[in-house]
Amino acid sequence: MAIFINENSKILVQGITGSEGGKHARRMLASGTNIVAGVTPGKGGQSVDADGHIVPVFGSVGDAVAQTGADVSVVFVPPKFTKGAVYEAVDAAVPLVIVITEGVPVHDTADFFAYAQRSGTTRLVGPNCPGIISPGKSNAGIIPGNITQAGRIGLVSKSGTLTYQMMYELRDLGFSTCVGIGGDPIIGTTHIDCLEAFEADPETDAIVMIGEIGGDAEERAAAFIKANVTKPVVGYVAGFTAPEGKTMGHAGAIVSGSSGTAAAKQEALEAVGVRVGKTPSETARLMREIISGS
Amino acid sequence: MDLYEFQAKELFARHGVPTTSGIVVRTPAHAKQAAEELDCAVVVKAQVKTGGRGKAGGVKLAANPQEALERATDILGLDIKGHTVHQVLITPASDIDEEYYVSILLDRSNRTFLAMASKEGGVEIEQLAVERPEALARVSVDALVGVDRAKAEEIVDAAGFDASVRDQVIVVLERLWDVFIKEDATLVEVNPLVKTPEGQVLALDGKVSLDENASFRHPEFDSLVDSVETDPLEVAAKERDLNYVKLSGSVGIIGNGAGLVMSTLDVVAYAGEEFGGQRPANFLDIGGGASAQVMADGLEIILSDAEVKSVFVNVFGGITACDAVANGILQALELLASKGEAVAKPLVVRLDGNNADLGRRILRDAANPLVEIVDTMDEAARRVAELAAQGA
Repeated sequence: MAIFINENSKILVQGITGSEGGKHARRMLASGTNIVAGVTPGKGGQSVDADGHIVPVFGSVGDAVAQTGADVSVVFVPPKFTKGAVYEAVDAAVPLVIVITEGVPVHDTADFFAYAQRSGTTRLVGPNCPGIISPGKSNAGIIPGNITQAGRIGLVSKSGTLTYQMMYELRDLGFSTCVGIGGDPIIGTTHIDCLEAFEADPETDAIVMIGEIGGDAEERAAAFIKANVTKPVVGYVAGFTAPEGKTMGHAGAIVSGSSGTAAAKQEALEAVGVRVGKTPSETARLMREIISGS
Repeated sequence: MDLYEFQAKELFARHGVPTTSGIVVRTPAHAKQAAEELDCAVVVKAQVKTGGRGKAGGVKLAANPQEALERATDILGLDIKGHTVHQVLITPASDIDEEYYVSILLDRSNRTFLAMASKEGGVEIEQLAVERPEALARVSVDALVGVDRAKAEEIVDAAGFDASVRDQVIVVLERLWDVFIKEDATLVEVNPLVKTPEGQVLALDGKVSLDENASFRHPEFDSLVDSVETDPLEVAAKERDLNYVKLSGSVGIIGNGAGLVMSTLDVVAYAGEEFGGQRPANFLDIGGGASAQVMADGLEIILSDAEVKSVFVNVFGGITACDAVANGILQALELLASKGEAVAKPLVVRLDGNNADLGRRILRDAANPLVEIVDTMDEAARRVAELAAQGA
């Protein structure tokens, strides 16, 4: 099962002929991902040779989907073209679109997020995220495929490297799925979406949730856990020492009230019974205790 | 990127938002000259990127050019919430009948935009939002539609603006939306928006934050970057494309990935409690690649910070394996030595992830007496805090 992607996922890579898209397509293939197509406008009919694996390139997402049945798109195109690329994937009704690209203007994200939501057909993950891995089944994005193994822990995180750190710390136990949702102000898939999916996934026994300062996603997730999640959850929040006001204007603080600090997030999570580690290693230890106790 | 009031008002004027003009000056003599040019009573306003300027004595009325000189003398150099006043805006004094509040901003929680408006402007809006939330109208804005005429009417009516100003405020909102969308802003705020005795609605103050991710379609953003208010180390780091934030502690930090670096700061501060309260000296994310050149640039910035007593290099080898990172660290030290900037502060290195054993071995074999390898992040944080305490 796992969540969002599994061994049956047919992946297409938007921007496969670019350096990032090409490099990571090879890495995904190496970790057993079924990449069925690449898309680069104007380069339809070509193909990419990824270490002996020939991936056909199409000029549009519509063509790629029609001919290969791709159901997941991983987007590597530069920020300037990201909005257009996501629109194209939504128009082709691709069920899952994962935007890896960093540096997308937030106005573009607000726009294509609203567009994807309105479509009713497409789940968006990211932007500015490492993607999703269901170890041993499929790896859609830039998460290193060889630092952990398949298991029964679910992981959802705003941060890329903290995702890797946690995957590595708990590599002996292994993961059903790890989702890097990204740390941009607007993201397509939230902690709550992942918690809901992990709760419903029979192959996931326990969940690690990693948050960081800004916004109120962790507080909302805490409320969701209280009402809807029966599986054990451990948490970690980064940014206790981050300076105030370095990234957020004061009007943003009006929207989220007093939340947004790491302390408020930790407090909200602990108030609903989530054990929160002081360091990533302590968080991993808390998860070990839960797994060995159950 | 936050703008100064005068920059915000320039954007307002460019998009047809009615506002007051003004002249920005850096000396009292120029303030006098500006007041002479405007030839009317003026307001001398501190240009700093923080709220509460009025309360801090940073906004003063001047009836004539001589008074403008005196008020500018008072205000220039003033410290307002840690921001030194380097420039003041000289702007015509306006008579005010009523003060309002309007803004358009990014609404993270609802993943769209939000417009806010109140008939009770001129006060701290955070305070109003807490004490009398009913006085502050909040209207969600669909990112695909924006603030069109109908939406502007909805906002104005939700806030209950009087019929005498309703049409003018509607126009202000439509034009502020233009500023918001065309300039790639994450916040446009007018506080106060005023009604003059003549019945004219004017933006007397302005706050705008721009999205630096949109720089590729706004070449003019470069000219708005402010090196006056920014820490010199942050300026130097930015010139090298490093993601660096200066903090006030003694432990220099280099890591890869924003989340891991933030976490590193926390773990160091936590470990530092045992060693006389050692704290991180900076945030520095060198990204996924962690090449030798980037490592050298980062080390150079951190080592030039006189407050730094020890340095923690905390890298998780994911895409880049740890042996490459270890070689990068060694090459970085050589690069610095060859520039005559030999490293004299202890480095604690923690490598984890792909080829971690190989990476550690490379560093151990190099046997640089200043480089210590510690296997876990928590232990490394303890050690680097201890070294900082010894170096203090």
